[in-house]
Order: sequence, then structure tokens, then C-alpha cells
Amino acid sequence: MTEAILIALYVVLGPVIGGFLSGVDRKLSARMQGRQGPPVWQSFYDVGKLFSKQVVVVNYVQDFLVGGFFIFVVFTGCLFFSGGDILLVFFALTLAAIFFMMSACSANSPYSSMGAQRELLQMMAYEPMVLIVAIGFYMSTGSFSVADIIKSDVSNILYLPGIFIGFIFILTIKMRKSPFDLSTSHHAHQEMVKGLTTEISGNILGFVEISHWYENVFLMGVVGLFIINSTWWSIIAAVAVCLLVYFLEVLIDMVFPRVKWELMLKATWLFTLVAGVLNLIVLSAIK
Amino acid sequence: MENIAFLIIFPFLAAFILAFMRRQTKLRSVFVFFSCAVVVTAVIYYAVTGLISNQTQSLLRETHELDIAMVIAEIGLMLLIVGYAVKYRKLLVAILSVAQTGLMLWLDFSGKNIVTSAPHILSDKLTIMMCLMIGIVGTLICVYAVGYMKEYHERHSTEFKDRSATFFALLFVFLGAMFGLVFSNNLMWMYFFWEITSLCSFVLIGYTRTEQAMTNAFRALWMNLLGGLAFAIAIVYCALELRTGDIRSFISLGNDTGVVLIPLALLAFAGLTKSAQLPFSRWLLGAMVAPTPTSALLHSATMVKAGVFLLLRLSPLFEGNLVGTMVTTIGGFTFFAASMLAISQSDGKKVLAYSTISNLGLITACAGVGMHEAVWAGILLMLFHGVSKSLMFLSVGAVENSLGSRDIEDMHGLIVKLPGLAFVMITGIAGMFLAPFGMLISKWAALKAFVDSNSMLLVIFLVFGSSTTLFYWTKWLGKLVAVVHHTHRYESKVKMSQWISLLIQAFLMIALCILFPLISTNLVEPFLSEMFHETLPPIISSGNMQIMLMMLFAIVILPIAVRFLTFGKKKKIVMSYMGGANAGDDRHFVDSFGEKSSVYFANWYMEDYFGEKKLLRPSILLSSATILVLMGIIIGGGL
Repeated sequence: MTEAILIALYVVLGPVIGGFLSGVDRKLSARMQGRQGPPVWQSFYDVGKLFSKQVVVVNYVQDFLVGGFFIFVVFTGCLFFSGGDILLVFFALTLAAIFFMMSACSANSPYSSMGAQRELLQMMAYEPMVLIVAIGFYMSTGSFSVADIIKSDVSNILYLPGIFIGFIFILTIKMRKSPFDLSTSHHAHQEMVKGLTTEISGNILGFVEISHWYENVFLMGVVGLFIINSTWWSIIAAVAVCLLVYFLEVLIDMVFPRVKWELMLKATWLFTLVAGVLNLIVLSAIK
Repeated sequence: MENIAFLIIFPFLAAFILAFMRRQTKLRSVFVFFSCAVVVTAVIYYAVTGLISNQTQSLLRETHELDIAMVIAEIGLMLLIVGYAVKYRKLLVAILSVAQTGLMLWLDFSGKNIVTSAPHILSDKLTIMMCLMIGIVGTLICVYAVGYMKEYHERHSTEFKDRSATFFALLFVFLGAMFGLVFSNNLMWMYFFWEITSLCSFVLIGYTRTEQAMTNAFRALWMNLLGGLAFAIAIVYCALELRTGDIRSFISLGNDTGVVLIPLALLAFAGLTKSAQLPFSRWLLGAMVAPTPTSALLHSATMVKAGVFLLLRLSPLFEGNLVGTMVTTIGGFTFFAASMLAISQSDGKKVLAYSTISNLGLITACAGVGMHEAVWAGILLMLFHGVSKSLMFLSVGAVENSLGSRDIEDMHGLIVKLPGLAFVMITGIAGMFLAPFGMLISKWAALKAFVDSNSMLLVIFLVFGSSTTLFYWTKWLGKLVAVVHHTHRYESKVKMSQWISLLIQAFLMIALCILFPLISTNLVEPFLSEMFHETLPPIISSGNMQIMLMMLFAIVILPIAVRFLTFGKKKKIVMSYMGGANAGDDRHFVDSFGEKSSVYFANWYMEDYFGEKKLLRPSILLSSATILVLMGIIIGGGL
């Protein structure tokens, strides 16, 4: 029963929180650049407008694939917040990402094709770290199940500091923040036009936006999982850490210029090896 | 007993008859279909009776006459190989063949061979699974071959001689040899069938008799003969030192005594060569010069599966010793290295070849860990791989016949050009790596087992290898789904028999995903309990199983859901933006001079990072060094 409530909460509140966070993101970015910035609810107005537009599509296959992306992103979050198996959660997320990448391929346009290839490269770069996060939790708690992981006596970040930092690192890729916003970006000024979403418009683009909100809430949930333990106040600490991480991501986005894909791949894999794998080896020695 | 004998003998008989049906006639096609139907019926009969009786059978204790027949056949095989070697001046092949047959004959006639009453035939749950895979997937490939070979020779009528009689005969010999190998408990019998598959694959790869085909065929032969030599030495060592000659008693010796490790290492070595692990991967890559059904057969249900079958059989002995370390290290490394190499390839068949090597690496690593969870994952990976890889090869072959190319770049927009084949191919690719299909569940279990056995190196290989695997499959998927406007549909040259084969396999692929909990509880888990002598908890919880089924269901209802999401909106279809005005055909844009320029969208291959030039040689050197050093330590330590 509680599972059903948790799922319902995520489905309803996910986009609200996600949209709000995205508004905060824009406000913060603007302030960091010395601009006034839009109101924090601007993202909702934007998406509302997208849904009122005429639907212009390049083909029906793309709609279908974007639909797959949307459904599996929501599925991923539901599975996670209802305490499911974290490896399966990540596999579902990968499936969602593949749908999104394929939707860009189906458009047959230079910008979305380039965006798709870059997106795929980004997936290849962050995937090892994502799996290592799941393995880390398993080694530290003896279970892949989120429901079991949150019952730990102490916060898992104590055992997984390297993996936590590694996850923050790939979060920058996953949230499409500079320096790793190769495939598409929230800012218009770039050589990729809009990358992945070049050929998506109207309500379909609206669904892509909402999927990103769901996705961000889920990713913050994974950040929180490092902190949460069996005590009640750990939830407050988790929320605080999530906000801090979100702020950090915005800051990173502002500070760093975009890098080339070679550097991204090498840096991410190297970081995964150093922070993630080293953490695993130490963990296997002490556990 | 009779049905087992029938399963082994019938394909050989069918092959014998087919060898005399020289011309492409209706009669021959009908005979192939008929034989396939017989094999499938026999396999299903065997599986059902095996499941009902639910016990492990050991049969055929006294086989003196059969053994003599086998010795004669072995000499025949050797003469054949030496004949080829002399004709093409390949000294190494001749030496390898003479050496191993010599060893066997010496053992037979010196009286050193112990005449045990150990059963020659073994039938358990693993043989049921193997037989179902060989019998069903293998015969579907034969069915496909009927249409394919006809088209193939129409297309290449001037280049190659039509020797399709030999071709079909050999396909059936292959099936028969695989059945024999799977059922053999006696090591000598297994070795005999092992050698037949080596020789068969040699002739099949060299089918076209072009220079390249012969070079590749001889490479396949010498590498497999090297494995065969290791196998032969292992048999002799077992007979002289351990006084045993069959797999069951060999496994029951346990791995506590150091003497067992030497023959174990040799057998593992043979398994690694057969399953094309690094450094022996090049023979499988070369095998793609052969007509598609050959590649499909070698890669999916037979040949390479013989290698991993042996490793899985021996898996209880691998736990916690150096041989296990060798097998897991080579397997894990091959999984990672081959998946990186696959990224740089655009030839569809070559990507499939690297993916086979890579997946077999994972199965090998699972076998090498030697824990029941890992072996569970290994067996299921093997089954899923068998079906999906055969489906992939056959659909690439069908696309090649229709488009005249098997390059993945040319498959751009296949969903418009050849929608049927594109869907079959998408099913195959999804089966290879995507949730919720079985390969992924098995990977889940493999990962858990690797972590539990505390093998960090394997974990690293697995997580990085998974991400590179994701890359090369997804970019292929992306090519297939591109929608290019104003593309005319290609005329599909796929014959009826090919369609039947493809559709049944696509259906099998999906059915396996739904039914695999049943396979796991009824076949794999009982087998493991018997092999590891303990009752085991279920590997995947029912909750997770339900989630996988939910995902499968979600994909099925996706089209309806998408229609619902975008309900009530009228869509306007436009041409995509090309970085200049689209000239109206999705292939050209109007440039700044007002002229039409063409656009071409290529996938990323990243030759500088993942190219064969960059990675192949270091991988081979590294893996050779690993094998040499570890084999040296094992053999040196045991003597």
C-alpha cells in the first residue's frame, strides 16, 4: 500500500518539484551572470505554452520514441521511489535514454543526428559509474533493494565517499550541464542548434521537458540515497545535500566552458576508475 | 537411449543423403525441410521425456566395437586434414593433426588406456537445454539456408562453383557432431566430436575456395587443432595419472589435489580456443567470409557454444584456483576488449562477430567463477545469445541480399526501405542487450556473482564492457529507425523459407523473455543443484521478475499509450531542417550559393580510439602473455 502512495506521490509531485528546480536553476544562473532572470515558475509557463502550440513533426516514429522515453523515465522513478531494485532502476533509465537517442536519430537531420551520436557517447562515458553506484550500495548494505538500503544504520556515504563524488561528476553529464552538455543544452548559444531536440516541437517537446523534470527529481533521489539511513532526521539532511548538489551543478555549469568529447570520455572514465573503483576495492577489503 | 542415438545418428544420415543431391532441386529443398522437422521433433521428444522422467541418465557402458569404429574415423579425419595441409602447403596444420591423432592412437594401442565401466553417454538438464538450442536454432538456420543459398549462387554465379550439396551435408554433420559432443561423457568421444566440428567449420569457412576464404579457413583450423591438441594431452594425462577417462568422474575428483589442475587447465585451454576467446579470436572474425548460414551456425547454436559448454560443465572445478583465474581473466578481458573493437566496425557481420566474441567472454567468465549464481547466468546467457545471434546474422544476410550491402551505414532508414526486416533486426538487437530482455537479466546475475566472489577485476571489465556494448548496439538501432522521406521501398528478395525461419526466431526471442522464469526453475536450477550438490535459493526474486514483465508489457502497449498522450492534436508533417533549406528529398539542402548540396549522416566509429589497428594487437599480446604465464605456473606447479 505504501508503495502505491509513494508511486502516486512521485507521479504527481515529480514534475512540480522538477519544474520548480528548473526555474530555480534559471534564476540562479541569471544571478550568477548578473542578470535579473525569469520568475521561478517560468518553466511551467513555457511548457504550458508548448502544449498550446500547433504540432509540427517530421515523422510519426519520432513521437513514438519520445513517448517511450517519457514512459520509461516515469517508470524508472516509480521503481526507485517505491523501493525497487536499484540495478533494475538503472537499466530502466538506460532504456529510457536509448529511446530518446533513437528519437533524435529518426529525425534524419544533421543537428539531431550529431546530437544523437554525442548523447550516445555521453551515455558510454557515464554508464560505468552508474553501475558502480549500484555495486557500491550492494557491497555496503548487502542488498540491491532501495527499500533495504534506506534502512542502513549509518549513511552509506561514509562507506562510499569516492562513489558519491564520482556520481556528482557524472551528474553533470546526465543533467546536461556544461562542461559536458555536448548533445544538447539549456542555453541557445551553441553550435549544435538544439542537438537532440532540434526536430521536436510543440507538445512533444513539452513531454521531453517534463521527462527531464522527472529525471532530475529521480537523480536527486539517488543523491539522497547516499545520505538517508534509518533515522528520521537523515531525510532532512538528504534534502539539504540534494539542494547543495543542485546548486553545485548550476555553479559548475556557469564556471566551465564546454569540452570536446575526447576529453569528456577520458576524464569521466579516468575519474570512474580513480574514485569509483578505488572505493570499491577499499570497500571489498574492509567489508 | 534410442532417442539419444537417433539424435546423434540421424543428422549424419541426412548429411550422407544430401551429399548426393548435387543439383538444386525442389526435392532437395523438401528433403532439407523434412530432415529439419525430424530433428526438431526428436529434440522436443527427448526434452519432454527427459523433463518427465526428471533424472540424470548415464548410459552405454560397454562400447568396444564403437570405439574401434571411432578410431578408424579419427584416422580418416587426420588423413583428410593432412591432405588439405599438403595441398595448400600448411605444415603447422599437418603437424598439429598428426600429433594429436598420434597421441590418441598410442593411448588406444599401448594398453595404457584404462577400460573403465564409466558410461559413455550422459543425459541431464544441461544436455536438454543444449539440445533444444542446437536442434531448434540449428535447424532454423538450415531452413533459412535453402532460400539463401539459391539466391547466393544466383548472385555469384560466375564467381564461385555451386557446391551447395556439400554445404547442406556439412550443416547436418555439424548438427550431428554437436549432439554427439553434448551427450558425450567419455572424454575420448567428446574429443572425437570436437574434432569433427573443427574440420567441418574449416570446410564451411573455405566454401568459396577464394584465396581469402582459404587463408581464414586454415587460421580457424590451426587454432582449433591447437585446442584439440591440448584436449588430447589432457586425455592422455587423465588416463595415465588420474586413471579416469570421463567427465563425471573427473569432476568428482574435486580440485583439492594439484594433479587435477593440469588436465583442467588443458581442457580449459581447449574451451577457450573453441569459443574464440582472445588471443584466438581471429578465426571467428575470419569466418564471416563464408555464406551467412555458416556464420550464423558457427556463432549461435554450434561451434563456439561447444567451447563454453565444456567450460560450463567443468565450472565446479574452477572455483578458487589458478585455472579459474585464467578462465575468468581471459573471459572478462575478452568481453571488454571485443566490445570496444566492435565500436570501430561498420560491417554488420563484423560487428556481430565481435559481439559474439564479447558475449562468449562473459559466459566464459561466468563459468570460470565457478559459483552457482555465475553458472546460472552463464547458462542463460548462452541460451539467449544462441537465439538472438542467429536472428541477427540471418537478418543481416537477408538485408544483404536485398540491398546488396551489409554495411550498417547502408542500413540508414531501413525502417522505410525494408520495414519487415528492420523490425526483425530491432527485435534481435533488443534481445542482445536491452532491458527487459533476458541477456540483461543474466548480466544482472553475473554482476551480482562477480561482486559476491570478490573479483574486482571482473567487475571493472563488466561495467566498462557494458557501456561499450551499449554504444555499438544503440548506434546500430539509431541507423535503423531513421525516417528518410521519399524513400522507395526496396524489393525484398527474402524467400518464403527465410521469412519463416526469421519470424519463428523473432517469436522465440520474445517467448524466451516471457518463459525464462520457467526455464530457470525447471531446467537451470535443478541442474545447478545437482552439479553443486546443494539446494539453492532462487537467483532472481519474484518481485524483480514481475518488474521485468511489466517493462515488457509497457513496451508492448507503448504504441497505444503514445497515441493516447498526443490525443486530439492534429499533426502537421514537415521536412527536417538540414542546416540549410531542405531541398525536398531529405538528402540535399540548399547551400549559400543557392545550389543543392548533399548530406550524409554517419555514425561515430572513433577509429583513433577503438580501431583494430589501435587495439587488436595489444589485446592479443596481453591475453597471450596472460595465458602463457598462467599455464606455465599451473603446469609447472603440478608436475
